Amino acid sequence: MIVFSYDKSFEGLLSVVFDAYNRKIFPDKLLGEGDPQPLFTESHFQVITSSEKSERVWAGLQKKLPRKICDMLICLWLSEEKGSDELLFRYIRKVFDSPERIFTDFADDDMLQVKKIAEKVAKERLYLIQFIRFQKTSDDTYVAFVSPKYNALPLTLGYLTDRFGGQKWLVYDLRRKYGYYYDLEKVIEITLTKDDDLSDGRLNKEMMAEDEQLFQELWKNYFKALTIKERLNPRLHTRNMPRRFWKYMTEKQ
Amino acid sequence: MNAGILEKLTVLAESAKYDVSCASSGITRKRHSGSVGSASGWGICHSFTEDGRCVSLLKIMLTNYCIYDCAYCINRRSNDIRRTAFTVDELVELTMEFYKRNYIEGLFLSSGVIKNPDYTMERMVRVVKNLRVIHRYNGYIHMKSIPGASRELVNEAGLYADRLSVNIEIPKEHNLKMLAPEKSYEAIYRPMSYIQQGVLASADERKRFRHAPRFAPAGQSTQMIIGATDESDKEILQLSAALYRRSSMKRVYYSGFVPVNAYDKRLPALKQVPLVRENRLYQADWLLRFYGFLADEIVDDNRPNLDLDIDPKLAWALRHPEQFPVNINRADYALILRVPGIGVKSARLIVSARKHRNLTSYDLKKIGVVMKKAQYFITCNELPFITVNELRPEYLRKILSGKKTNGKAENPAQLTLPFSD
Repeated sequence: MIVFSYDKSFEGLLSVVFDAYNRKIFPDKLLGEGDPQPLFTESHFQVITSSEKSERVWAGLQKKLPRKICDMLICLWLSEEKGSDELLFRYIRKVFDSPERIFTDFADDDMLQVKKIAEKVAKERLYLIQFIRFQKTSDDTYVAFVSPKYNALPLTLGYLTDRFGGQKWLVYDLRRKYGYYYDLEKVIEITLTKDDDLSDGRLNKEMMAEDEQLFQELWKNYFKALTIKERLNPRLHTRNMPRRFWKYMTEKQ
Repeated sequence: MNAGILEKLTVLAESAKYDVSCASSGITRKRHSGSVGSASGWGICHSFTEDGRCVSLLKIMLTNYCIYDCAYCINRRSNDIRRTAFTVDELVELTMEFYKRNYIEGLFLSSGVIKNPDYTMERMVRVVKNLRVIHRYNGYIHMKSIPGASRELVNEAGLYADRLSVNIEIPKEHNLKMLAPEKSYEAIYRPMSYIQQGVLASADERKRFRHAPRFAPAGQSTQMIIGATDESDKEILQLSAALYRRSSMKRVYYSGFVPVNAYDKRLPALKQVPLVRENRLYQADWLLRFYGFLADEIVDDNRPNLDLDIDPKLAWALRHPEQFPVNINRADYALILRVPGIGVKSARLIVSARKHRNLTSYDLKKIGVVMKKAQYFITCNELPFITVNELRPEYLRKILSGKKTNGKAENPAQLTLPFSD
């Protein structure tokens, strides 16, 4: 078995592709640095991540694939699913080796799998956009906490900066312990040092803006008033709005 | 903002909730600097109520005082309910604050009729104008156009709102006259055609001047109440099809009748909201808009009502077994789209995937085709399936509607489908 190990970053994976084609040796298995090697390793190769390599591979992909498919590959990477790096590697290899526009061949397992996983991640992005709830702090920053199943937060930035470009905001992924802060000009990635007391996603009263409590109350009441009792349908309710998001949603408190 | 606002909001939301439309779709617009918000083409649902309906817009009434006495409406003047009204500033502030917290995608403004249609409409226009001009609000606005409003006010509303709507409510005029004596089809259709004309004129203008103002860029929609009067599904769907022939008509909503005024003897006494019928009508509506069906294909004089046990596409397929089986690897997109169990998404995937190789039933399953239904209507390059033609439509109908085949039919009328074979 031929094994490559790399640093488990997206650039790293693209460097793996580069090295594989460069040496004309293709790995059967990809490992992270320090992972134990399987028993029957016949050769092992350590890939060194470099932006030069990864950019060349990415440029090559962009030449062969439409933009939508390139976005799909990024989604696949952000899924953090087990084995998604090997899937991505196989996908890229098939794309480079085929003279045709192979990415529409959905009867091929890899092509279909990539599409399916990417769709799940894209759906998670949409869920975030739908269900993020900002709370206004006393210094006029709008803060929202999330803990999505897939690492979809980076995918929402384009939308958030457009829609909420006129206000300062912070979105924070409590599961992965990082977030983004927008200061009216640019988005900065941040990590909060003391996030222990934020685990329930609620700001405490001192941190809230003066009228924040009122608007939360208003929204909750509005939400309740809008339900038509004669049509209650809890199954549809949870299908459209999965339970895992309720924790951070104002109207579900 | 004072404490009284909480009660106002509750009362006016209760009054607005029976309007089913809540879409924020039809227009994509980036934020420009200095303004607040954007609009995204497919619309975004920000929450879902416990009845499973989407909350996309702040659906609210400016006031629930009303001079009309429509039998089906909770806000009719003879009802003894709490009446209240928002001021323009209150409603504007609510919208802005909700919007900034990502609660909503925009505003859906409706109103009871006070004094006369124009007086009401003028106050509503003031709200949306205030939002757009003073607060530089750039998000979505859906505004009701009051039946009987004048052309000037509809035109002004169209400059600020993304979507305008006038509700037909009752699909036949004599029934409307019976339940809502103050309304008439003329008062409903006139603002509708003002909107259509405004949209066309603006589109024409924008061909010549790129920055000419847009008029209701997300078009118009309307709503019909289902089950309050005796119209058949055929009459309803034919009206929908006719409405969709106007280019500006984007959606027709169907609202299962909720008996809010049970004391009114002109209304039928329903035990339950007709949710299944409503669902079948939406499915038929989808067939009209995305699947290339004509209203006459879905319902006709022999079957004026939709089959409640099976969906309208399956019902059509069972009436037309001669069209099947469809060869998945060769047939046109339009034909594949007619196979029960294959939706727009699957049909597109099939058409692009079959360029690479012949698809098998296993591939179709992976792609996401509902084989439980589709298997009786297709052939792949495999051993032949047992199709609708071998099984006979009547028998297949029993299999797929989940009804037991022990010969005891619950509804004898359903056994006499006049198949000519």
